[in-house]
Amino acid sequence: MEFRKHQLDNGLQIVAECNAEAYSTAVGFFVQTGARDETDDVAGVSHFLEHMMFKGTPTRTADDVNREFDEMGAHYNAFTSEEHTVYYAAVLPELQTSAVELLGDIIRPSLREEDFTTEKQVIIEEIRMYEDQPPFGADDKCKAAHFGSHPLGRSVLGTVQSITDLRVEAMRRYFETRYAPDNMTLVGAGRIDFNTLVDTADWLCGKWKPMHAPRETLAAAPHRGFECLKKDTATLEYVLQLAGGPASTDSDRYAAKVLATVLGDDSGSRLYWALVDSGLAEQATLSHHDYQGTGLFMTYLSCDPQHAQANLEQIANIYAEAEQEGATAAELAQAKSKISSRIVLGSERPRSRLFSVGGNWMQRREYRTVQQDLQAIDAVSRDALVEVLARYPLSVSTTLAIGPATQLTAPAGTI
Amino acid sequence: MKESILSHIYDNGLVLVAEPMMSLESAAFTFLVPAGCASDPEGLAGLGSFTCEMTLRGSGSRDSRQFIQDLENLGVERGESVSTSHTSFSGATLAKNLFPALEIFADLIRRPHFPEDQLEAARLVAIQELRAIEDEPGQKVMLELRRRQYPEPWGRSSHGELPALESIGLEDIRDYFAQHYHPNGTILGVAGQIDWQRLKVQVGRMFADWAPRDEAEPATGRSLAKREHLHHESNQTQIAIGFESLPYRHQDYFQAWGAVGVLSGGMSSRLFTEVREKRGLCYTVYATMHTLRDRGSVLCYAGTSAERAQETLDVTLAELVRLAQGIKADELARLKARIKSSLIMQQESSSSRSGSIARDWYHLGQVRTLDEVGALVDALSRDSINAYLAAHPPGDFTIVTLGPNPLEVPVGIS
Repeated sequence: MEFRKHQLDNGLQIVAECNAEAYSTAVGFFVQTGARDETDDVAGVSHFLEHMMFKGTPTRTADDVNREFDEMGAHYNAFTSEEHTVYYAAVLPELQTSAVELLGDIIRPSLREEDFTTEKQVIIEEIRMYEDQPPFGADDKCKAAHFGSHPLGRSVLGTVQSITDLRVEAMRRYFETRYAPDNMTLVGAGRIDFNTLVDTADWLCGKWKPMHAPRETLAAAPHRGFECLKKDTATLEYVLQLAGGPASTDSDRYAAKVLATVLGDDSGSRLYWALVDSGLAEQATLSHHDYQGTGLFMTYLSCDPQHAQANLEQIANIYAEAEQEGATAAELAQAKSKISSRIVLGSERPRSRLFSVGGNWMQRREYRTVQQDLQAIDAVSRDALVEVLARYPLSVSTTLAIGPATQLTAPAGTI
Repeated sequence: MKESILSHIYDNGLVLVAEPMMSLESAAFTFLVPAGCASDPEGLAGLGSFTCEMTLRGSGSRDSRQFIQDLENLGVERGESVSTSHTSFSGATLAKNLFPALEIFADLIRRPHFPEDQLEAARLVAIQELRAIEDEPGQKVMLELRRRQYPEPWGRSSHGELPALESIGLEDIRDYFAQHYHPNGTILGVAGQIDWQRLKVQVGRMFADWAPRDEAEPATGRSLAKREHLHHESNQTQIAIGFESLPYRHQDYFQAWGAVGVLSGGMSSRLFTEVREKRGLCYTVYATMHTLRDRGSVLCYAGTSAERAQETLDVTLAELVRLAQGIKADELARLKARIKSSLIMQQESSSSRSGSIARDWYHLGQVRTLDEVGALVDALSRDSINAYLAAHPPGDFTIVTLGPNPLEVPVGIS
């Protein structure tokens, strides 16, 4: 296992974890652009643009793009988050250059108006699909309420209205600044031939012009709020609760992961024993999400509407108790062994390592081995959990409930 | 590819099948216990799932809390599910923790307590899982499709029905367990960094004294109507289409499977190209092979806005019908490339292999190595697939829709 890195003159970074023993090779372009870089007039453009990258280039039609990926037998896809847009493919090692060449070509798309109009319909279908399934758009609404005017409050998908109103010219302008070489990283994992990777990137991307794309990474202010939206057609009640948490550059982020596992993992956690094992909730979890400049703890609850109020009270009590007393030594050990095992199991495939190597580079310009991650988890102490809770109390949160229940109110002490 | 499959049948009928994957640090296991929802008794739909939930609530020397604590301290990622023919218990962990993990599951499968004080909590869990499906239109429509695609009891949902879940008692669970949890018919698949000789001995120590029990296969019953619309107040209409195909163990299975691979899988496949790429009708559209031991089907799905649903149904059905005219050589070449790389990448995951080899044994009474699967795929030709399609053109469709309005099935479609 060897880490290699290189930077082209135009700012494009190339990083790879090269594993000569691997069966496959995974490569991806990680672009530092996402919902947080948008403005109201282009809400949802990052994600829409991700779809448009598969619609053809000056030398390839959309059919060519899909056909060539399939001819390689590639496992390929793309995704957009608040912070990043990622295009990746896992292929057999002998196809490394073909895969990089195709990925590098599609991120210089034609952005033809006709394709834009057709794909707009697909995006709208995707938005409507999520509106029809839990939590029925409540995740976007809760984030918007929690973050207020902070850019992380923006929806990745946008709305049917914002997508309908979007013009192709606005998308082209957004593309010009955000998809500059100094705003992206070419990442590799698995059986990578690094010298060849650099050569490929050089002739493929070497002429792209840097644009110095900006991004604001301010911390988000803590926010308290509670709202209950009625949806008669839903069967269960769904509740999201967001509280502040460590950011992606914060060394507390490992303690935050362990804390979320102790309190709200989907198995064996305090929320699990109180609400899921007892049958009072279908799901009750706590997870930590880190972003540049800020972070989140997210509580997710789905349950019978008649249990929703009592469940919210129990969650508030569990969090208040944790803020007072932290976790036991046994809970800490159990959470660590669980996370460590997940890290190892989740690192076996090159296409999983790709996201870890790429994520670390995008967030911190840092390479971390699996071993370093395991050590960081192992080093988390009981005191560290208490300190995280002192800095980021779970009782200070923004809550949004959606479902048949009408009378839900904030538990005492949380508003 | 260097790989070998090892197997052993114990005197009581338990099958152990294993694939050493020595480049991995993990080991994974899958128990297939012959307790599927097809065996749920009349009026007690959901009993298999309820029983599975109760096995997790204490067994051997552990109560439910100790069970989860011990597994988590061993770093075992676990999952359990009930399918038509089996209840499966699976786990993955670091290779050094494999045997202690198997010990815990030996208790669960052989010595569950079924504690009375856990019954109502388990009932609430089962009922909530059933009710949650009402909020998942895509899942709901596919469950209804399977119910109508196969005769009773082969298309049942494992989640059961509300009145049954409300009435199931501890005696029902104990009876079900006694009848369906036995070594004959149980398959344990293990993959990863393993020592076969030790594994065989250890599994023998844990399971060899488990008494076998004979049971009859569930009888095949009636079929439901092949058309159904479920009213649902939603933006989108969910479309589910099924047609008969072949089970995995049929000699022509790979011909049928190859044809479905041309229809769906990869972004250059026909459904993705015609329904999504050219017309922008939907975000999700796919077709997949679904196999039981003696029956198989192709199941298709598309979800789209209500006002565009009729066109989506028409275009999708037209593609299914057009398949009978045959596939092209370049379509087959792409399919083969995809399979070649996915067979190689399967060697990167112990979890996916432990499940695959156990299921292979169930369907075939043996396990195909990835090399053997590769050879079967290599042997496919355009002519062989087209001959299959000419003899078995897609038709006699089961069509279920879910949404605000019903749709018309086009004229000429059976």
